[in-house]
Amino acid sequence: MGILEGKKLLVTGVLMDSSIAFHVAKLAQQEGAEVILTSFGRTMKITKAIARRLPTAPEVLELDVANREDLDSLAERAREHVDRLDGVLHSIGFAPPGAFDFMEGTWEDVSTTLHISAYSLKSLAAAALPLMPEGGSVVGLTFDAKFAWPVYDWMGVAKAAFESTNRYLARDLGPKGVRCNLVAAGPIRTTAARSIPGFEQFEEVWDRRAPLGWDVGDPVPAARACAALLSDWFPATTGEIVHVDGGVHAMGQ
Amino acid sequence: MAQSEQEILDGLAEIVNEETGLDTTSVELDKSFTDDLDIDSLSMMTIVVNAEEKFGVRIPDDEVKNLKTVRDAVTFIGGAQS
Ligand SMILES: NC(=O)c1ccc[n+]([C@@H]2O[C@H](COP(=O)([O-])OP(=O)(O)OC[C@H]3O[C@@H](n4cnc5c(N)ncnc54)[C@H](O)[C@@H]3O)[C@@H](O)[C@H]2O)c1
Repeated sequence: MGILEGKKLLVTGVLMDSSIAFHVAKLAQQEGAEVILTSFGRTMKITKAIARRLPTAPEVLELDVANREDLDSLAERAREHVDRLDGVLHSIGFAPPGAFDFMEGTWEDVSTTLHISAYSLKSLAAAALPLMPEGGSVVGLTFDAKFAWPVYDWMGVAKAAFESTNRYLARDLGPKGVRCNLVAAGPIRTTAARSIPGFEQFEEVWDRRAPLGWDVGDPVPAARACAALLSDWFPATTGEIVHVDGGVHAMGQ
Repeated sequence: MAQSEQEILDGLAEIVNEETGLDTTSVELDKSFTDDLDIDSLSMMTIVVNAEEKFGVRIPDDEVKNLKTVRDAVTFIGGAQS
């Protein structure tokens, strides 16, 4: 029996088959879960085509995390396909190009980054909450925000806010039986990663510092940790960040 | 099964037409996707995903930036099929 047998999961963030979320959805189905995806706007067509590459093609719901109406109607629209949710994957990040220049980034760049990449964890969890009356698991993806990295700039600041949002969510949703955890993944070559100018600099850091080694072409280790956190195998863990980075976070310079 | 250059071009033109509304006849071998056909990166991703399905090939994300003209795409797809 799979570790997600009978679970019903909402998975955001599947864009291409390189997306971390694609691999979470795939593993989840292989482990016995029923999966619904979300996408938005012009990316919807791509997500729908990519969804057909999963073991079973899931429903794809419209969800722009910056759109109030999409959020408000999410539970109702999801209910047309599932009677409840056991877990939600937040695999969403966006920053305008200006956000990758720390000293020049404008508040407009930065506020968009914070809205889509940090505040959205709360928005998504709140939107899905009506479908989790008996508790559940919310899992998100971060990039270790303890440090100032090359080129990551305001996205790094947004990830720090995201990690903090996860802790507050854990505080407020714990009494409702909802666990909230993050996976801090090492660099993986996805569409979002490619849009970061100078992303190769991370690859070099990981080559040098990961005691276990690190493959930027392999999203599966991060996806496996997400699947584990969505399962019943972390029943007393919340507000946590699990590092799936080959060990880089634990090393000195 | 490998298709001829013309078959690939025709198939690609249909995909481009579906995504952008551009006339299939404007999708010519020497046209640049961005400069001549005005296709942005999101449309290009849609075209790539649809082309993968239509032609039964993999177009790795790293390859997409090398597909500047329609000819580049047709050549890549032909090569990947054979
Ligand atoms: N790739 C890496 O190196 C890496 C490392 C650590 C953490 N992460 C995180 O993993 C998550 C997934 O990213 P990925 O690397 O798989 O890239 P990706 O480009 O495949 O996924 C990003 C997703 O965010 C979605 N998105 C953007 N704006 C949105 C909005 N307004 N509403 C709803 N969805 C929106 C996109 O549609 C896309 O599906 C992100 O949070 C990212 O920061 C990535």
